[in-house]
Amino acid sequence: MSGRGGAGRTTFLGMPATAPPGVGNLRGTEPFPAAARRALGDAQLRRNLRHATGTIRAKSAAVIDEVPDWPQLRAAGRAIKADTMARLPELLEQLEAAVTAAGGTVHWATDAVEANRIVTELVQATGADRVMKVKSMATQEIGLNEALEAAGIEPVETDLAELIVQLGDDRPSHILVPAIHRNRAEIREIFLRAMPGVDPALTDEPAVLAAAARRHLRETFLATRVAVSGANFAVAETGTLAVVESEGNGRMCLTLPETLITVMGIEKVIPRWADLGVFLQLLPRASTGERMNPYTSLWTGVTPGDGPQQVHLVLLDNGRSAVLADEVGRQALHCIRCSACLNVCPVYERTGGHAYGSVYPGPIGAVLSPQLTGVADNASLPYASSLCGACYDACPVMIDIPSILVHLRAQAPHPRTEAAAMAAAAYTMDHPALYAAAQRAAGLGRLAGRALPPPLNGWTASRDMPAAPPQTFRQWWAEHRSGS
Amino acid sequence: MRIALFVTCLADTLFPEAATATVRLLERLGHQVDFPTDQTCCGQMHVNTGYPDEAVRLVRRHVRVFAPYDVVVAPSGSCVGSVRHQHPMVARRAGDDALASRAAEVGRRTYELSELLVDVLGVTDVGAYYPHRVTYHPTCHSLRLLRVGDRPLRLLRAVRGLDLVELPQAEQCCGFGGTFAVKNADTSTAMLADKMRHVLATRADVCTAGDASCLMHIGGGLSRLRAGVRTVHLAEILAATEADTDPPGGRDRTGPASRDTAAVAR
Repeated sequence: MSGRGGAGRTTFLGMPATAPPGVGNLRGTEPFPAAARRALGDAQLRRNLRHATGTIRAKSAAVIDEVPDWPQLRAAGRAIKADTMARLPELLEQLEAAVTAAGGTVHWATDAVEANRIVTELVQATGADRVMKVKSMATQEIGLNEALEAAGIEPVETDLAELIVQLGDDRPSHILVPAIHRNRAEIREIFLRAMPGVDPALTDEPAVLAAAARRHLRETFLATRVAVSGANFAVAETGTLAVVESEGNGRMCLTLPETLITVMGIEKVIPRWADLGVFLQLLPRASTGERMNPYTSLWTGVTPGDGPQQVHLVLLDNGRSAVLADEVGRQALHCIRCSACLNVCPVYERTGGHAYGSVYPGPIGAVLSPQLTGVADNASLPYASSLCGACYDACPVMIDIPSILVHLRAQAPHPRTEAAAMAAAAYTMDHPALYAAAQRAAGLGRLAGRALPPPLNGWTASRDMPAAPPQTFRQWWAEHRSGS
Repeated sequence: MRIALFVTCLADTLFPEAATATVRLLERLGHQVDFPTDQTCCGQMHVNTGYPDEAVRLVRRHVRVFAPYDVVVAPSGSCVGSVRHQHPMVARRAGDDALASRAAEVGRRTYELSELLVDVLGVTDVGAYYPHRVTYHPTCHSLRLLRVGDRPLRLLRAVRGLDLVELPQAEQCCGFGGTFAVKNADTSTAMLADKMRHVLATRADVCTAGDASCLMHIGGGLSRLRAGVRTVHLAEILAATEADTDPPGGRDRTGPASRDTAAVAR
């Protein structure tokens, strides 16, 4: 998708572009292993994450167990997404026509730069110098807050966790629970430091903290004329957009202002109204461990005299067409941002989300971020997994994340010494006599000492190497069984 | 039954006792074991590190070596997972559809040890004797790629003298992950630390599993801690009988440290 409307398809030349560098939040400043090492040293972070992911895991597993047709629902979710990706251009044009017919305005953004410019200009046209925001991954991805601030517009996050992150001058570390890395004592400190007019007697009771945020946000809801949201789903046949949230703060933003601007990744479209029935069963149980989502807001263009009278939809590509072009990797576009894969991932549980350097952390981030940016720009992320497979089992739309990780590793730039060693190993293993000689040499080599040289010293830093056996299996076989 | 042993490069080179135990066990059950000596490595390390093109020749070799056999067994869930799930993919990726279909055929006839025993040979009581307190770690690839389920536990429950204790949070990865343990050594170690904590909480003498690779990782960490818990492959426990004079898994596997801990454990 590029250009306006369907023109992208007819003028398409060459490979679709990836997300541009220098804008947005898809690239970290250091490779995963280095960022992870620092996170692993933070005992408070490790405790917060273990407690939070463990709690969500148990809650989600319990409510999934209640659904007898969960496997069929997952298969249906996967099938709908696969069908959507197979005819994405057609569905997006259908969506554009339906939104337009209902009084909304559709904009097409090739990348983060274009999306930020479109939203900034729309806000400026209203004369507002402040917008309130519904929690949205797409706007985090493109760095919209930074772009608005640069234009003198103040963005106010209204999701409680996003507000904590914004007030703490922090970055989100989880797709669904952006402040999962903070405990309530830390949140109290952030509110005392950064929330205007906060009661200095604030305690760290969850209800007290929520009430403070509520007082702070209520004024914003009533005094702000423009809101920016993302979308969980967009129904092509009706032009209906959907936002799924737990607090009701999103509902305030979606109903109170005069102007509503929604930024949505192009993969969020679904063909039919009835398809919502599948995803609204899958999403809450897989994500928050709830049976039904608390606040599900649906709107179709403009309803005269009710709700926002200026409704805009910005359709964002930012590398998605490039992902779609990859037969194996395109499954990553099926993601409904439930975070189940983060909550079950043994790597995420220990490193937290910041180590991934992208707004999309965890297993889905490790396959999505490198594809959106091009693998060379996020080359360490496909390796940030032990390939244990827990993410695939947890995914409500059955994204085979381990297979995509392995697929992307093949596209990553490889260290020259590693590539040479791998080629030599493959050659040796294709020649049994050489292989047997190498086995014996390896056995002798390990007698030299317990610490291996770099890069293998990563092993011996915390683990002993096994002592060499007296003979290899094939030597034993030749002595005891061969020819018998 | 004539059964080909796919030994795996790791068991062949570093953990031959897992492989010899597999041979002794199957022979005791009345089967003939073949070891095609032209086999080397399934290529999983290459594929999972990002070198599928280098792995093609290893896939071709593996398929050629094992195509003549009706039944192939390996003492590894991970390597069987690689043969079953990755070999056809690697071949297709290289544009060799004929190899892909032959690889899929070999994959269908290749079994992890507990699958072979329970599903193909129809036994759960293999006549083993192993008088130790044992905990079982289900390795990720046997659990989630092969879905061996409770087959290893059914086999262990039938072993005479064995005191089987449940491992807390058993289904959590131990942190090995092949080259992950080197490329992301710190994260791998953090995962290992939790796995070891759970193993030690069982107060077992022995931690067993169906993969020598994960056991090398867990055992390497336990040895460094001088924790006094040995790692022993499932095949060795199932091969053990009253007639054994040496306790299985008794070989000094992990260098000087484990000599001290063996004394502590006794």
